[in-house]
Amino acid sequence: MDLANIPQTLPRQSATFDPHTLSEIRRAAATGIYDIRGAGTKRALPHFDDLLFLGASISRYPLEGYREKCATDVWLGTRFAKKPIHLKIPVTIAGMSFGSLSAQAKEALGRGAGAAGTSTTTGDGGMTPEERGQSKTLVYQYLPSRYGMNPDDLRKADAIEVVIGQGAKPGGGGMLLGQKISDRVAAMRNLPKGIDQRSACRHPDWTGPDDLEIKIEELREITDWEKPIYVKVGATRPYYDVALAVKSGADVVVLDGMQGGTAATQDVFIEHVGIPILSAIRPAVQALQDLGMHRKVQLIVSGGIRNGADVAKALALGADAVAIGTAALVALGDNDPALEAEYQKLGSTAGAYDDWQEGRDPAGITTQDPELAARLDPVAAGRRLANYLAVLTLEAQTIARACGKSHLHNLEPEDLVALTIEAAAMARVPLAGTGWIPGQGTF
Amino acid sequence: MAPSDYNVVDLATSTKRELNQQLHALAANTNETLWRVENPQGQHALAVGLDSPVTVEIAGHAGYYCAGMNKQATIVVEGNAGVGVAENMMSGKVHVKGDASQSAGATAHGGLLVIDGDASARCGISMKGIDIVVKGSIGPMSAFMGQSGNLVVLGDAGDALGDSIYEAKLFVRGKVKSLGADCIEKDLRDEHKADLRRLLDEAGLPDVQPDEFKRYGSARTLYNFHVDNAAAY
Repeated sequence: MDLANIPQTLPRQSATFDPHTLSEIRRAAATGIYDIRGAGTKRALPHFDDLLFLGASISRYPLEGYREKCATDVWLGTRFAKKPIHLKIPVTIAGMSFGSLSAQAKEALGRGAGAAGTSTTTGDGGMTPEERGQSKTLVYQYLPSRYGMNPDDLRKADAIEVVIGQGAKPGGGGMLLGQKISDRVAAMRNLPKGIDQRSACRHPDWTGPDDLEIKIEELREITDWEKPIYVKVGATRPYYDVALAVKSGADVVVLDGMQGGTAATQDVFIEHVGIPILSAIRPAVQALQDLGMHRKVQLIVSGGIRNGADVAKALALGADAVAIGTAALVALGDNDPALEAEYQKLGSTAGAYDDWQEGRDPAGITTQDPELAARLDPVAAGRRLANYLAVLTLEAQTIARACGKSHLHNLEPEDLVALTIEAAAMARVPLAGTGWIPGQGTF
Repeated sequence: MAPSDYNVVDLATSTKRELNQQLHALAANTNETLWRVENPQGQHALAVGLDSPVTVEIAGHAGYYCAGMNKQATIVVEGNAGVGVAENMMSGKVHVKGDASQSAGATAHGGLLVIDGDASARCGISMKGIDIVVKGSIGPMSAFMGQSGNLVVLGDAGDALGDSIYEAKLFVRGKVKSLGADCIEKDLRDEHKADLRRLLDEAGLPDVQPDEFKRYGSARTLYNFHVDNAAAY
């Protein structure tokens, strides 16, 4: 045998120990600390792309595109609140904190949402005057940490969102590293400057649904029963969590899937805790229907909404509105390829930059550095967000008309089929070309 | 004060909603500064969200979140108080003449909370500037993640006092069953004695001496995340 001429096999990367996994093992071995990052899940998950709409043909009658109206407005908080919220579009801006975001970014969110006729939401750390001033409709988050929580801001809000969890880290607290605890952030949160801000994973003064009911009553008493009370949960056991939120008196339930973003948490949490939003909507809607509360307690879903098709699919599955977070930041200018050279200096690349906790965002969005933050023009960024919200709405309307609907809320599960067995089972719609819905009847 | 000087709301005949609405409607310069709530019957959310310098006496036991988010007002509970009394208080004074349940003064930013009896678990949890004086003892996990303010306890403290504490100051006269992560005993310096004197006087305890207390606070080892402290998280 001519040993010198035996063909050599090509080097082969392990599918299990792929280059990213290997790099993470090496990083962990060098530092002893788990990776903390922002943004949402990065691996492929079952998502709205695995569903398709059945446009109208003979058995259904479409609406004339761009001529026959397809309404988009939504009422939120019609169960108990004296002053429910009426939005022009069913796309809202999810809670993101001043602290995780710069003041300019928060202002831009307010400007964009206001121009589009929808709401913004505060986050951990309280309400800023800029945000209240720019947001026509502002939802005030009531979080476990209660950083910056005060009754004056509670009364200034248009709605109150009791945050129990978020999709990126259901069951987890927060960790905003000290780099972003500037003088102003520290003052708002009653913390020393520069220390790591730890957020509790549980509310300090209630422990279960019976307590939550009393807590919600207190918030209503303080605000004279005027404002809608939202309850936000990370998607894990949506049937039971939504049922208990309704039992506790929520006007609106916000359900955040695992593709939802975060300012900063453990990578392992982002990628391995929670369930995709695709799998969470139908059990949530089922809970509302079983209680006779569908459309009476409104459902907002979030976690990876990117385009008008996602909006339309979420509504067709039974949601009343959606919320966007990561997509809104991209619309403002986050991870813009024009900043590629600067992202590379940070060891990343445009589209993958997620070290939001370090506060060095070249786009001036996820930072408290005054020089970086000043790069973001709130007016121009707000305009981009308004444009994006308009596109989401136009796209959803186009699909709805094709399905013969005169309001986005008239979309229904019967307008959908699934491309994969997994999506069919999760969304409880038939596999395309069949009448088969795998696993129907169980949660 | 003569009874005729009081605005009396009898919860046997009025609703809690009516009580809170009347209290919310008061102007900052109101002359109706004395209120008495009869037959509270342990109802929840009594006298919450007040924002005027009035005195509200609750003639009996109160349920959850009594005096929640109080600003300016003085609220006296002539009985026991349920979970979360004076939660997130901003200013003013709340005086519980009996015992308090869990999470008394939780997340509160300011004002003074005085509890004549004992307080249960998590007293002063996540406190953010409130002063709390408990004449009896407090339960476990009190002042967890306490950020600022003072917690004064004349009796004993339960397990894990001051766990994950930031800059709140804890003063205990009796025994502490155990200290939580990052909480240590610290020197009782003159400025702390002066703070204690002021708080004891405000709580009606002129005969109790600051020297009788020990001070506890943060070792600050958890202020920046480090793997060598991982066992404490």
